[in-house]
Amino acid sequence: MNMTTNANDGVGHTGESIAVEPAVTDLPGHYLVLGADHPMRLVSGQLLGPFTVAYQAYGELNADKSNAILVCHALTGDQYVAETHPVTGRPGWWEKLVGPGQTINTDDYFVICVNVLAGCMGSAGPKDIDPHTGKQFGLNFPLITITDMVAAQKLVVDHLGITQLFAVIGGSMGAMQALVWAERYPEMVYCAIPIAGAARHSAQNIAFHEVGRQAIMADPKWSGGDYYDKNDSPERGLAVARMAAHITYLSDSALHTKFGRNLQDRQAITFGFDADFQIESYLRHQGRSFVERFDANSYLYITRAMDYFDLAAEHEDTLSSAFKDSPVRFCLISFTSDWLFPTSESRRIVHALNAVAASVSFVEIDTESGHDAFLLDEPEFFRILGGFLHGASDQRKLATLS
Amino acid sequence: MTPAETNNAARIRIDQKLIADMIATGSRVLDVGCGDGVLLDLLVHERQVDGRGIELSQEGVNGCVARGLAVVQGDAQTDLHNYPNDAFDYVILSQTLPAIFDVKGVLGEMLRIGRCAVVSFPNFGYWRIRYALAVQGRSPNSESLPYTWYESPNIRFFTLTDFTDLLAALGLKTERIITIDVKGKANTRGRIGHWSNLLTEQAVFVITRK
Repeated sequence: MNMTTNANDGVGHTGESIAVEPAVTDLPGHYLVLGADHPMRLVSGQLLGPFTVAYQAYGELNADKSNAILVCHALTGDQYVAETHPVTGRPGWWEKLVGPGQTINTDDYFVICVNVLAGCMGSAGPKDIDPHTGKQFGLNFPLITITDMVAAQKLVVDHLGITQLFAVIGGSMGAMQALVWAERYPEMVYCAIPIAGAARHSAQNIAFHEVGRQAIMADPKWSGGDYYDKNDSPERGLAVARMAAHITYLSDSALHTKFGRNLQDRQAITFGFDADFQIESYLRHQGRSFVERFDANSYLYITRAMDYFDLAAEHEDTLSSAFKDSPVRFCLISFTSDWLFPTSESRRIVHALNAVAASVSFVEIDTESGHDAFLLDEPEFFRILGGFLHGASDQRKLATLS
Repeated sequence: MTPAETNNAARIRIDQKLIADMIATGSRVLDVGCGDGVLLDLLVHERQVDGRGIELSQEGVNGCVARGLAVVQGDAQTDLHNYPNDAFDYVILSQTLPAIFDVKGVLGEMLRIGRCAVVSFPNFGYWRIRYALAVQGRSPNSESLPYTWYESPNIRFFTLTDFTDLLAALGLKTERIITIDVKGKANTRGRIGHWSNLLTEQAVFVITRK
């Protein structure tokens, strides 16, 4: 991404920059206004700025600023990695992995996580205010790509005075961001750890996302994305989208083990359409609790960003070209029962990295937890990730705080 | 004193120690079939090599990555073709050749992606093996052939002489041969004669393109 205001790559709009006025929020963490002097050019060609990003940080940056780890969150994640979530009150999504004494030890590392562009936890997104109209953007918010999300993160890293991140790590959509970091800013990344990821969103993945989007758009309360001042959002549609997506995060065997055909609080089927089965009740609960913390339009935008992701496409369909002469040490991790981002997608990246003789570690973790495994307590995953980080920090002779 | 005298000293095999001793400091190394990474670990930490590994078993790979080694899960017979020409100074294949189906293909790939191929293998011409088969009438076992016939991953049974014949047929150059006898004594050989084929339990070959 270039940040110059006068560059004209001939794509999309030019001219006036899109300013984003953040919605009023009392969410904890750090906020940074970006693109005020030099708007950021989005991949779509549009200019963005000034706009706000929200990020959270744990641990302390050491004197030479060499101990920073950027955690990239997934589709419905956010910057509250290792603390009680301010909206749901539930533990941080990677609290088992990130924290004092944990695998990603915040006594040693300075851990940053930025809420992605188009997100709804404080970074610029469709629920923010368009100063021209004084109304929420809704679908007038510009389309965001994974590359744009990373470009905004880079501005945060620059702002913190960090010239090289020790590691960029993320699962699922976070893995896509880690790959873009390694591709776009290889000198700024000592090691990249894409977990349960892919270098492109597959047709099947796009298909599932489209089902989710159509569920939202089919909810009359969605109103073409213009629902914010109606105090009534498309919760039903968003909940259905979440339910469908949630199935893709689990495996058949995990569902069978956890729920089987067990009935929910009843002795027999009711010959009706109540949630007779535990799995139904579970999915309904997943849908209901999701809408409390997520914006439907953000869901549209972020799923679209994932759909558009195809790293090889920018390199004449040769993925290895994206990583030619890369100094980055890669560690890829996949999970056996993950059918959403299957091992074959990670292996494709490994082969591309081998083709340019990049330094790459690759493990497939045996688990029945499906795609969600990267969010769960998987001892073998933690052991391997910890070992890789330890080895990499040895190699870098990292001056840690402890 | 020697690289073998590390924490790994107890676990490192004699052929791995000999291989480690012939790898130049700071070189680029690919260990094909690197197992639990003992040799690679030693090379990376004692010889400061830029070391990579491929290992078939998931357990081996996980162990390697957990100790900070750049190892990927893969198969020597299908995955070497992903690497570019001359990516490495040394491509190591220790005690894995007997389990390889396409021996010629793998040797060719090793020497495409690497300047030198370093290959160690058990000698099927070793006298104890001949004795087991000829006199005892049993499938042979030795320290470097520890498997029972029904569990062995090995599918190629070849002698030192067989191997030198193959190298000659492929037009490859033998830079160095080290033979190891039953007591673990290593000898550098100019060529393989009848006696060394009889007395050598395992050997390490350094091979280059002509």
